Amino acid sequence: MTTKSEPITKNLSTKELIQTNKSKKSLKKLFEKIIPAILFLFAVVTVLTTLAILYTLITEAVHFFQRVSFTEFFTSTNLKPLSQNPSFGILPLLSGTLLSTVIAMIVAGPIGLMAAIYLSEYASDRIRKWLKPMLEVLAGIPTIVYGFFAFTFVTPLLRSIWPEIEATNILSPGIVMGIMIIPMVASLSEDAMTSVPKSMREGAYALGATRLETAMKVVIPAAISGIVASFVLAISRAIGETMIVTIASGSTKNFSLDITESMQTMTAYIVEVSSGDAAAGTTIYYSIYAVALTLFAMTFLMNLLARKIARRFREEY
Amino acid sequence: MKYIDHSQVKKKINSRLRLNSFLKYIFLGATLFGLVVLVILLARVISQGLSWIDWNFLTGHLSMDPEKAGIMGAVLGTFWLMLVVIFFTLILGMGAAIYLELYAKKNRFHSFIQTNIANLAGVPSIVYGILGLTVFVRFMDLGSNILAGGLTLSLLVLPIVIVSSQEALRSVPQAMGEASYGLGASKWQTIQNIILPAALPSILTGSILALSRAIGETAPLVVLGIPALLIPFPGGIMDRFTALPMQIYYWTLDASLVAEYANLAAASIIILLLMLFVLNSAAILIRNKFQHRF
Amino acid sequence: MAVKSPLYAVPKMETKGPELKPMNDTIFETNSLNLWYGETQALKNVDLPIPEKSISAIIGPSGCGKSTFLKTLNRMVELIPSVQTTGEIKYKDTNILSKDYSAEALRTEVGMVFQKPNPFPKSIYDNIAYGPRIHGIKKKSILDEIVEKSLRDAYIWDEVKDRLKENAFGLSGGQQQRLCIARCLAIEPEVILMDEPTSALDPISTTKVEELVQTLKEDYSIVIVTHNMQQAARISDQTAFFLNGEVVEFGQTEKLFTKPSDQRTEDYINGRFG
Repeated sequence: MTTKSEPITKNLSTKELIQTNKSKKSLKKLFEKIIPAILFLFAVVTVLTTLAILYTLITEAVHFFQRVSFTEFFTSTNLKPLSQNPSFGILPLLSGTLLSTVIAMIVAGPIGLMAAIYLSEYASDRIRKWLKPMLEVLAGIPTIVYGFFAFTFVTPLLRSIWPEIEATNILSPGIVMGIMIIPMVASLSEDAMTSVPKSMREGAYALGATRLETAMKVVIPAAISGIVASFVLAISRAIGETMIVTIASGSTKNFSLDITESMQTMTAYIVEVSSGDAAAGTTIYYSIYAVALTLFAMTFLMNLLARKIARRFREEY
Repeated sequence: MKYIDHSQVKKKINSRLRLNSFLKYIFLGATLFGLVVLVILLARVISQGLSWIDWNFLTGHLSMDPEKAGIMGAVLGTFWLMLVVIFFTLILGMGAAIYLELYAKKNRFHSFIQTNIANLAGVPSIVYGILGLTVFVRFMDLGSNILAGGLTLSLLVLPIVIVSSQEALRSVPQAMGEASYGLGASKWQTIQNIILPAALPSILTGSILALSRAIGETAPLVVLGIPALLIPFPGGIMDRFTALPMQIYYWTLDASLVAEYANLAAASIIILLLMLFVLNSAAILIRNKFQHRF
Repeated sequence: MAVKSPLYAVPKMETKGPELKPMNDTIFETNSLNLWYGETQALKNVDLPIPEKSISAIIGPSGCGKSTFLKTLNRMVELIPSVQTTGEIKYKDTNILSKDYSAEALRTEVGMVFQKPNPFPKSIYDNIAYGPRIHGIKKKSILDEIVEKSLRDAYIWDEVKDRLKENAFGLSGGQQQRLCIARCLAIEPEVILMDEPTSALDPISTTKVEELVQTLKEDYSIVIVTHNMQQAARISDQTAFFLNGEVVEFGQTEKLFTKPSDQRTEDYINGRFG
């Protein structure tokens, strides 16, 4: 065995080499200090993004509310931004958003939950390994493609069944949005259900319960807050969804709950106004900030709520 | 006396089992429903658009005339966007993730940043569009160019990249870092030589998936004022541009004026989906190749 | 009536007899070392001189602070947030716990081998060359020499010389651990700290590692934490017994295992607790 005192090169041992190199290290020390500082700034970019969103939305919305009163904005059922005597009530947009979201959840809620039950309680590991990624493909399709599908396929299909439906209507994008959200509900609910301890299921099986009874009476009640959180997140997603409703629901600003009619959502209004060359400084230009602020506040609260519920669920297990 | 009549239970058990297996198929049907729609959607798009894809369509300039219209400009615009997005999200996302996972003290400021990132991930994409319009297009006076679009989309997917990079860094065993520290390596040497290379495949997978989310986004671009009909090809990040989703959007809207536009939209969707397919396959390949290494 | 005998055989004792050789000069000396993880105190007033060029074993039940103590010797405990220390650790008469003493410099002289083999996801060659490289040795010819010498010193050269470019994960657990020892030798430390280095290995690999450790004491000062008392008795020159963060007894291994001076040590080596 060679001993370590034996020189590794002509006249220096490794240790001596390391020692000589150490004296040149002051630059490296500086480097060690600067890098975390730079990386910290990168992390701060996310905070700046939030601040920038809040700042732009609020300052521009303030301009809007200097011209249009709070009460008019939140209580008027008239939205006529381009008329001689313009009025800016958000209620028509809220009704459109609400309606499309409700329709989407009527589709995504039950179907997503049933899929979650199948995936977590019935499917074998092998089937689940295939089905889950396939479902996620559905979530990966760009929304513009769903918009195209709603407008050129689902609407004509619906009209062939139900002729009163207009060429642009809120029903078709609502349904398609629901289909788009199915994977989200299914996957998040399934996560909640699979995190219910196995021992609970075994307890039910040992008493002679069927899979269905176990799922309905044991697993779902135990996972209910996780499931509710997934629904809330899905609602938030539906409220913020833009392209499907913009394309397939038209731009009629009616305060109504008639699903056969064309209706505009908050998001579609922002698209219409911002792509319509509204000159900066006009009331109609500022109105998109007021609408966007409302939209931001709604989705923010929904997300907050979902996280609160989900956290409570995690504490349980 | 007996509280449970076993003969009654036996009689009932058959109907309970029947209900169980009946609903099993209902649940399976619900799971497959989405897939059926996916198949219909793809079949529809392909049957409508495939015949319109030819050499002229792939390489030509945009045109009002559906017979002459080509998609090259929009494809190039999307590629340029990808470059900008991958550049900014990788640097910012990886950097922020390294800071949050490996440097930051786990105090209240840290949890504030984490909560903030979670919130940002839930902000609707159109709000990012308004942010980009106000800050990049107007305030920084970039106009509706590739840089403004790319920066907007970068901010949009940054939370996703940060969160997935953090998970990737967290999955590197601590023992590896310890081994490096034990040899006298400094913190940055350890990160640069050991932790980051080990986490890189997962970071890339997450970033590519985020990238594919970004290039499908339409709403922020519409708000930024990306033009409908732009004839010249973009040659640099300061050029004005159009992108594939934008083209699909305008052609779909105008299909009520010129029916063939719907077919062009379908053809463009095929191209967009192909690009997404390639990106996602790359992500999956990277993930599978480097999975279970430690 | 059976005569009470130690549960663990101490083969060395019979050959060397009661005559104990004197300890070497100390390389490490701790004075009133205290350590807290947040509120809980893990080390209490530890005063321990560790002699150079010999093997010192640290034994004790789980959670007694033996691993914590080992990791303070190269300041690896600092990686855990909320750790606080008082007292001093003198390495070659300098207090390494002082702020100006760089942990990186310390760790180039005090190497460490871990409980589980933890090679890097790199080739065998790059694993060994990692240490020299981060300390600025870049020349290929020198690195080649260091790699070969370290692997030879760790008695693993013959097993891996034909596959130096292969990933280190392809080696068996025992080979990986000897690779990790070689990786540690590559920066020529003065001291090697070993944290239960054989606990994840099979008996044959354990024997090989133990033999290797025995040969290394010619050139290195070795501190080994183990909960295998037979191992401590087999390979170490002196042993410290830790209990609840305190040093109960420290002395020549033969003496500690045959004539412990503290009742608690006797209880422990006779298997009454822990």
